[in-house]
Amino acid sequence: MSTLLAAAPMTGGGEMTTGESVAFWILGPAALAGGLGMIFARNAVHSALWLVMTMLSLGVLYMVQQAPFLGFTQIIVYTGAIMMLFVFVLMMVGRDASDSVVEVLRGQRLAAAVLGVGLGGLAVAAVAETLSAVGPVGLGPAYGPEARGNVQALGTSIFRDYLLPFELTSALLITAAVGAMVYTFAGQARRKQASQRERVTERLRGPLTGYGSRSGPGVFATADSVATPALLPDGSVAPASLSRIIEATRRERLDADIADVQSDSGPAGDVDARALRGGDGTEVGAGSTHDRLSEGTHDDEGGAR
Amino acid sequence: MSPTIYLLLSALLFAIGAVGVLVRRNAIVVFMCIELMLNAVNLTLVTFSRINGSLGGQIMAFFVMVVAAAEVVVGLSIIMAIFRTRRTTSVDDANLLKY
Amino acid sequence: MSLVTAAAPLPEVLPAEGAAGAAWLLVALPALGALVLFVGGRRTDRWGHVLGVATVVASFVVAVVLFAGSLGLPEEERVRDLGIYDWIAVGALNVEFGLRIDPLSLTFALLITGVGSLIHIYSVGYMSHDPNRRKFFAQLNLFVAAMLVLVLGNGFVTLYLGWEGVGLASYLLIGFYTGRSSAGSAAKKAFLMNRVGDVGLALAIFLLFVELGTTQYAEVFARAGEISPGTLTAITLLLLLGACGKSGQFPLQAWLPDAMEGPTPVSALIHAATMVTAGVYLIARSNPLYNLAPVGQLVVTIIGAITLLIGAIIGCAYDDIKKVLAYSTVSQIGYMMLAVGLGPVGYAAALAHLLTHGFFKAGLFLGAGSVMHGMADETDMRRFGGLWRHMPVTFWTFTAGFLALIGFPFLSGFYTKDLIIEASLTAGPVAGWIFGIATLGAAGLTAFYMSRLMLMTFFGPERWKDLHPRRIDGADLEDPPEHYHPHESVASMTAPMVLLAIGSVGAGAFLVGGERLGHYLEASIGVPVEPHDLPAAFPVGLVPYFATLVMLIGAGLAYVLVGRREVPVERPQRVSLPVRAARADLFANTINEGVIARPGIWLSRALVYLDNRGVDGVVNGIAALLGGSSGRLRRTQTGFVRSYALTILGGSVVLVAALLVVGGAG
Repeated sequence: MSTLLAAAPMTGGGEMTTGESVAFWILGPAALAGGLGMIFARNAVHSALWLVMTMLSLGVLYMVQQAPFLGFTQIIVYTGAIMMLFVFVLMMVGRDASDSVVEVLRGQRLAAAVLGVGLGGLAVAAVAETLSAVGPVGLGPAYGPEARGNVQALGTSIFRDYLLPFELTSALLITAAVGAMVYTFAGQARRKQASQRERVTERLRGPLTGYGSRSGPGVFATADSVATPALLPDGSVAPASLSRIIEATRRERLDADIADVQSDSGPAGDVDARALRGGDGTEVGAGSTHDRLSEGTHDDEGGAR
Repeated sequence: MSPTIYLLLSALLFAIGAVGVLVRRNAIVVFMCIELMLNAVNLTLVTFSRINGSLGGQIMAFFVMVVAAAEVVVGLSIIMAIFRTRRTTSVDDANLLKY
Repeated sequence: MSLVTAAAPLPEVLPAEGAAGAAWLLVALPALGALVLFVGGRRTDRWGHVLGVATVVASFVVAVVLFAGSLGLPEEERVRDLGIYDWIAVGALNVEFGLRIDPLSLTFALLITGVGSLIHIYSVGYMSHDPNRRKFFAQLNLFVAAMLVLVLGNGFVTLYLGWEGVGLASYLLIGFYTGRSSAGSAAKKAFLMNRVGDVGLALAIFLLFVELGTTQYAEVFARAGEISPGTLTAITLLLLLGACGKSGQFPLQAWLPDAMEGPTPVSALIHAATMVTAGVYLIARSNPLYNLAPVGQLVVTIIGAITLLIGAIIGCAYDDIKKVLAYSTVSQIGYMMLAVGLGPVGYAAALAHLLTHGFFKAGLFLGAGSVMHGMADETDMRRFGGLWRHMPVTFWTFTAGFLALIGFPFLSGFYTKDLIIEASLTAGPVAGWIFGIATLGAAGLTAFYMSRLMLMTFFGPERWKDLHPRRIDGADLEDPPEHYHPHESVASMTAPMVLLAIGSVGAGAFLVGGERLGHYLEASIGVPVEPHDLPAAFPVGLVPYFATLVMLIGAGLAYVLVGRREVPVERPQRVSLPVRAARADLFANTINEGVIARPGIWLSRALVYLDNRGVDGVVNGIAALLGGSSGRLRRTQTGFVRSYALTILGGSVVLVAALLVVGGAG
């Protein structure tokens, strides 16, 4: 680190020294490689790590360019804090949340590539055209011993010339912190402890009542029991009818039931849902579909089971 | 060699970040691409500071960092909120405002 | 035209006072009757006809009182103005609703209420079997009220109100037999053709307002000289168009014969005696304008000459008794138009003929109605014959009207028609010959077709004896009789006929003899010019002899061609071309159809096509274009953030490139 700092010109220093050039030609390609690696890596964590590389390179380049304070800030705050926050969130979201290779928007990648190359080319051309002939001044006195170093000079500038914007950034940071908390806890407000009476009401009249005891339109059900899952027209179990609270004890037995009926009544999927009794498999096995139909229509036993 | 070369590097990094925003679907990665673009701008500011012999560019870069930090905090919490409700971080899935 | 156009100075218009102040009763009484009968509805069925007759008779009494009062005044004080209220006061337009009581309007008021009263009385008997008699009387009262507004109004706008009012009443009464589709279409035809004329009248009124800022008679006539000659000619021609529509003049004559679909009293009152003379009234009333517009006068004369010939020729070919009389009316009004077109020399003659025509034509129509009444509503003369024995009163009154119409010496038509023929001879060196021959020739034709009508109806063998009554109109004949039983009508019908016959016989001599009418009307239409004082095509003094001679030739021809031969009951189809043309109304309907109706329909179709394809096409095309392009544009709104970001980046690239280009150029 100290060698790098030494590479930076301490006084004047408009032009690049040889040491600086060496540093640039190592760190510059590294930064570019980090950027490209970030956008090409399929795994988001890999992208983050590639970005870390770019940021570290940039941080060092700041130091080389007479901005040691910003360089350290870059490394400590950006690479150390912000990127760790990214990785932290990535881990919370799930590491397996990697992008699929298939691009769904037609022409998006091609257009993005063309525009990216165009933008880069244009910007490079613009810089080359306008600034190649500019002779750099270098920070010189503002950086040198008279200013007692970069940190002192920046501190003086911030707390004297840019005091109000600096104070405003504090307000911005507090707002951001509060906002982040609001988002984080949104929808997670703690509910009041429900009384027994309320829970009974909820049980009988709440949103869950519809699942077990009443079958929705287009759904076949053999019983009114909360525990008996509803069946879709093709005979499969409607997932929505499986209660989160009440254990669907009959599900496995239903599977056997379904298999039983399917083997009994010809083509797969052509199942008479009303024949399902949710466990009374021995009864169901016998008789034709038609018989069971007529039987099921006036048999309430399944419901009272 | 002139410090102008830093500006060329910055331009390329910015372009890479822009392309990344366009091609990546993971909202967090998109966010990282935006950070890359901000960093590229910071590099530009620092280089300008050096070329002009003024600390103003560095101060500006400092403020950009502060704002970027605040933005990251809020942005990531938004992504978290979306992920909690939609179980996904893909920006393509948040397209309900389409025709 | 070498007519004397120097109009006498207009008499001063004085406010009405005394009995003349009650002139509004003239209009109000029949209007009240109509209102009560219309609003009262079926509750007034039992006594409705009594009220209808009473209001018109009362109106007649008022007219007589006013007339007597007018006679008692010195000549220059006979023009009175009775303002009633400010009708329309909008900006520069200030229309006063008022009545103008002067000899001209009083003459018309007497004719309308007098003949109207007789026909009302006649209708009581004629319509006695009709369940809608009350409605009939309501509409008849409405007509009388509107007609009185027309002739009594003191401005062109008031006249227009009455003009449209009589048009409405005429429409309602022509279509009175709502069961017949022919009556409905005849009513529509009358209304539409009248509308063509009404547009002309309206435009003339607009022009007057634009030129003079007023439409009141007093001011318009006093300031007529301020209007430029071209505009004045346009105004007079537009007024003539209105007159042609209302009076059934060429080229708008086709509706009048069809109007005979209405009940016969209506034909007598509206389509013979009064309403159809409104055109003549309009031109006579506007005489200060016409006196300043020789072109307008000439056109009026020509239209009159054409119409009187057309009417007379077609009248010779029809077998329907009412249609023959209708074409006779067209022809006679043509005489009047010709006369008013001649200027001061003809005004008095036209009005005299108008009055006598009102008498004898109303009498003839009532006689025809009486014949139909006795012959189960039959109108085909080929099925009549020898009726004089069965309905003597009708026969004798009809004969009086007949002789008056053909100009039998010393009956009314003789005097008034001679006046017109004499006046027409003074139209100019060439025009005098043309108009003279036209009027004389038409007099001969009139004698022919009227004699034919008389011979076929009242003389010859009784052809109806072997025929069965038929439903000619679809109206329900209750218990249709096996045979015709011609019989004389009831007294309430014959009495008006007798009165009108007396008028037919004596009115001419009374009015024309001693220039009574001409002098009385001086205040309204100026001092009459004597034809004898003007250069004429041939000596005016010979006219009575020529006219009588021509009349005798016409009647003799009718006797030779119709009276001595057997009249076939079925209409002969193999006839010469002129007869066919006359039977086809000289192709008037065909011409209307081909020249106006068909192109109109084509134009409408073309416009509909243009509207559907052109206008709607543009409108719908724009909508479709916007819709289609929107449908495509919305595809860009994919909802994908990355698409939007792509757009933003694209814009940025373009901006940078533009800056580069501009910067490079700078």
